[in-house]
Amino acid sequence: MAQMVLSGDEAIAQAALDAGVAGAFAYPGTPSTEIMEYLQEHIEDVGDPAPGATDGQSGEAAQRDAAKAPRVAQWCTNEKTAYESALGASHTGRRAMVSMKHVGLNVAMDPFVNSALLKINGGLVVVVADDPSMHSSQDEQDSRVLADFARVPCFEPSDQQEAYDMARAAFDYSERHEVPVLLRVTTRLAHARAMVRMEEALSVTDRGETHDPGSWVLMPAMARKRWAALLEKQTEFKADADAACALDLRSKDLGVITCGLARAYYMENEGAWAAAHGGERPSHLHIGRYPVGTEKIKALVRHVGRILVLEEGYPYIERDIRGVFGAPVPVAGKLSGEIPLAGELNADSVRAALGIPGHEGVGFAGIEVPGRPPQFCQGCPHADSFTALKRALEGEADFFTASDIGCYTLAALPPWNAVESCVDMGASAGMARGAAAVGQKRAIGVIGDSTFYHSGMTNLLDAVRHRTPMTLLILDNGTTGMTGAQPTISPTDLLPKLLEGLGVEKAHIRVLEAHRRAIDADVAAIREELAYDGVSVIVMVRECIEWLKKVRKS
Amino acid sequence: MTCDIILCGVGGQGGLSVSVVIARAAMAAGFQVKQSEIQGMSQRGGEVLANLRISDREIFSPTISKGQADIIFAFEPLEALRHVAWLSADHGTVVSAMAPILNIPNYLDIEAVRAEIRRIPRARLVDADAIARQEGNARGANVVLVGAGADLLPIPTVLIEREIAALFARKGDEVVQANLRAFRAGSALRHE
Repeated sequence: MAQMVLSGDEAIAQAALDAGVAGAFAYPGTPSTEIMEYLQEHIEDVGDPAPGATDGQSGEAAQRDAAKAPRVAQWCTNEKTAYESALGASHTGRRAMVSMKHVGLNVAMDPFVNSALLKINGGLVVVVADDPSMHSSQDEQDSRVLADFARVPCFEPSDQQEAYDMARAAFDYSERHEVPVLLRVTTRLAHARAMVRMEEALSVTDRGETHDPGSWVLMPAMARKRWAALLEKQTEFKADADAACALDLRSKDLGVITCGLARAYYMENEGAWAAAHGGERPSHLHIGRYPVGTEKIKALVRHVGRILVLEEGYPYIERDIRGVFGAPVPVAGKLSGEIPLAGELNADSVRAALGIPGHEGVGFAGIEVPGRPPQFCQGCPHADSFTALKRALEGEADFFTASDIGCYTLAALPPWNAVESCVDMGASAGMARGAAAVGQKRAIGVIGDSTFYHSGMTNLLDAVRHRTPMTLLILDNGTTGMTGAQPTISPTDLLPKLLEGLGVEKAHIRVLEAHRRAIDADVAAIREELAYDGVSVIVMVRECIEWLKKVRKS
Repeated sequence: MTCDIILCGVGGQGGLSVSVVIARAAMAAGFQVKQSEIQGMSQRGGEVLANLRISDREIFSPTISKGQADIIFAFEPLEALRHVAWLSADHGTVVSAMAPILNIPNYLDIEAVRAEIRRIPRARLVDADAIARQEGNARGANVVLVGAGADLLPIPTVLIEREIAALFARKGDEVVQANLRAFRAGSALRHE
């Protein structure tokens, strides 16, 4: 059996390859990006019969033949398009995976929730990487709640080995129960590396196309039947999840429930707890699958005097266990304050919740270490774009600058203080438009090219059709920079045509060089467009420094 | 035996790549390894932090508890201070570079920072940049620093050198040799 050192993300990608995945689709987002990067690097290693299939051009047109059909790993425009591609691939009977960060699932929520009602054909695995502590995100939503909302099974690995094993098992489970399976990981699991043992790789499986419109056409009459079928499956999902839980009945005093990665932090401290309690270890229930089964939780509660719940993310299981009428034994966790409600777990917070004194670190007096926030790379084109924008707005009192998700959000920090909002992918264009629609003067959206393709285009179409006076600055560096310079879905030279196609007047599509040597011309052009009483788009073009480095390396 | 190592610095210093060198060498020596790093926005000149845990038994937590690190490799002195709370008070060693990276307006007085590091028991303050330059490898400060703490690692030096050679193999023999020289110059330093 082969072994390799893999991150959680890489283990999932390798599992998908070994499970015979035929179509993998994604939009970059920390901490999920490396799944697709690994797939793209390795999909040909596993005998991809269609050279160049990963570019999405040559492979798909190939004649469909189980042995020769292409295997693809593709970046998509956004998480929704990626999800729908995976769904279509699954419909053909072949295995499909879509991966994204937690907030990406919000974008893909429509296909996700509705695909739960379909009779899934080829295994469909939805990998969602949550980011508790918001290392690189705007919130710390817990995808287990969304799996529950969609009524789909959710698998949550506790280490890199389980990430591999569960990803493989998720394809089987998806096919057996004809339902999408959500695989939830968190940042520390996605990005930490450990040794992973791999099973024998399967060849690409093909269950044949489904010819059952009744199970794929969600018109009300048919959807009602499918919904009933999904609800009926819940009992089995719960029983399977319960069977998969590991229960060790030991101490009669304390019972610890762990989910996912929390197991690692608990195990780190289990020995110390035992040492302080006459060598006896706590009773322990580990939950790695949802919807949560109840039998083992009941068995644990019957055995112990109190419960501690350790889970990464929301107090999701803890809330269930407490219920409205309370649990039969005291429950400690996030809701009672033993574990902080916000932020990720760690071995220290779990240690404190277990009532074990912390370790003594080295202290030093009198110095407060200043933070070192991320900043624009030396020579970043965004810096020049914001210099131009700030100069163009000099002397103006009434303006609104909405920004978006990308490196350029750093312009919200000193010394720039150049933008006033950052909410979700594409929001800058919509917020600037909405503000302008109700009278805001000089409403400006600032958005990157990748984010514009992801979710900005539709907002721009709204602005065009309503003739809303606003200016959109597209900072076109030709890449998705913040996640490590992945290719954007469309190249720079096609952007002006795309904007024209959306209905922006040609005279008000200004393509400028985002460089200090062009600053005077850039400032003048921005001023002209801010004065224009209609929709204008300024494209600030220069390639990303990070991307340049990457290209030079390869 | 468990050896918990924190590697910290500023984005672009190559801290994460030497973390891989130590991890691979530890595996070659037969240890289990868990390695955790925070990527993403930290690449942009912000703080970079890697946790590396080496053990002869199963490792659970991907991150190191406060007061438990055996070694802190700090590629930048202010970053050393940021993470000393993770250093074991009774036996931990901080191995820190001397040269500051002045990319924030409110950087502290560098002499005060160095004085604080010197006050930490067993601390090794290494002029890694100067040594790297002397060895004709201006970009090798990170490798010098690993050399300066190599005696604290439970790994035979030959295995570390082998992984350094592997890391730079793509860049040709000259770069490999320059980095091996930097590592050996770091190893040759004597500490109180």
